[in-house]
Amino acid sequence: MGHHEHSLAIFRGRLKFKTIEQKIWGVFIFLSIITIVEVVFGIIKPESLMVPFISSFEGGFMATMANIFLSPFIFMKPLNLIFIVLTIVKAYYITWDFMHMRDEKKALRRMVVWTAIFLICYLVLILLVEGDYIFEVYKNNYIKFDF
Amino acid sequence: METTVATTTPEGDVWGGGNQPLRASYGKMMMWFFIVSDALTFSGFLAAYGFSRFKFVNAWPIADEVFTHFPFLHGVPAPMFYVAFMTFVLIFSSVTMVLAVDAGHKMQQSKVAMYMFLTIIGGAIFVGSQAWEWATFIKGDYGAVETRGGKILQFLDTEGSRVAIGSFAQPMQSTAIEHQESNGVWFMGGNEQTSYNLEEVTAGFLANDNLLIRTQYLDENGHPTVLSREASIAKIKKDGKLVVEGANLKRNEYGHPLFADFFFFITGFHGFHVFSGVMINIIIFFNVVIGTYERRKSYEMVEKVGLYWHFVDLVWVFVFTFFYLV
Repeated sequence: MGHHEHSLAIFRGRLKFKTIEQKIWGVFIFLSIITIVEVVFGIIKPESLMVPFISSFEGGFMATMANIFLSPFIFMKPLNLIFIVLTIVKAYYITWDFMHMRDEKKALRRMVVWTAIFLICYLVLILLVEGDYIFEVYKNNYIKFDF
Repeated sequence: METTVATTTPEGDVWGGGNQPLRASYGKMMMWFFIVSDALTFSGFLAAYGFSRFKFVNAWPIADEVFTHFPFLHGVPAPMFYVAFMTFVLIFSSVTMVLAVDAGHKMQQSKVAMYMFLTIIGGAIFVGSQAWEWATFIKGDYGAVETRGGKILQFLDTEGSRVAIGSFAQPMQSTAIEHQESNGVWFMGGNEQTSYNLEEVTAGFLANDNLLIRTQYLDENGHPTVLSREASIAKIKKDGKLVVEGANLKRNEYGHPLFADFFFFITGFHGFHVFSGVMINIIIFFNVVIGTYERRKSYEMVEKVGLYWHFVDLVWVFVFTFFYLV
């Protein structure tokens, strides 16, 4: 509807553009760089990024809590973690600058983004935990049926 | 209650329907709601993919070994290059779309038309690329043998590079009789015919001492397990059931059939979105050309279809990561 102001800065105001076209091309270059980095990492797959940064903690309750809080660094290959973070960065700039979420009212922004993020995280958590459980059952196969 | 309600504006202004609490028009807000629901649909698919992958995490195909082709580069392994190209095409078509929206805000009819046209071209290239990617995946690469348990055995030479079944199978007079329409009342189609049957592949495998079998299972370094020559011979004799070439919804020469199922379903659903996006863009393009939005004095329709188009790009970013990278 009505013309509201476009904000012309990205990276929390560190990079300012003069016109909206310039901002679009700036975001395009940024997204291209991220994609190139992803593809290069995907082809090279550096050995050092193929094993998790830290191994899981053993012991009591505190070790379990540490394993949960540090799970991205304990149970994931750093390369996959990098890919997922870069994907979310790309998604942010597509939504914020190409879809003009940056210029929408805060209420609309939260209605769309928080709803989606909450439901997606919940679903992914449940399904991945269940998938891992079934993997363990298949691997150890001491339960044949009732799992 | 009345004391807690702010009474700075007359009630009619707020609830009469004329006002926009979110400063977005009805159409734009509904497009956002549609996008949220569609995002949840795609997340459901990708989460289901993650579920199945976690179930078989030690036997899942490695995307780098599946998508290695590039048009006109026959026999040159180019993992990831084509899908990177597709990603660029889609991001670039998002850029032309957002430039069209911006030109619309400035009421520049011919610029909107030009950028919409470029967006349509980008979308068409993407859909075409996806069709090519499907065709390559369905056709297959080296071929494999499926075991009685439904697992995939692939063939390597002693240097560790893949060998196509066609290069060692020994053609024989086929003893199998194909079931045909003429001798069946309920003809539902025979089994899919592969270029070589299991007997021919097994005979060729036994005759070539430098061939080994690779199983689906990944070792602790994430590479598929390679069997010794003795174990390979025992495996193909004892467990081999049929030859698989390419991928379809039932069998997949690259590994787990679920990988192919999810690939077809998710990229197919996404491709369908791109296709619909191109169609909607064409309609809006013609509306721009005939001046509908000039007369309406608002190019908001371009903005709404733009939101949908960017969403399609957004989904691709995630499909790219979870199918090709992770």
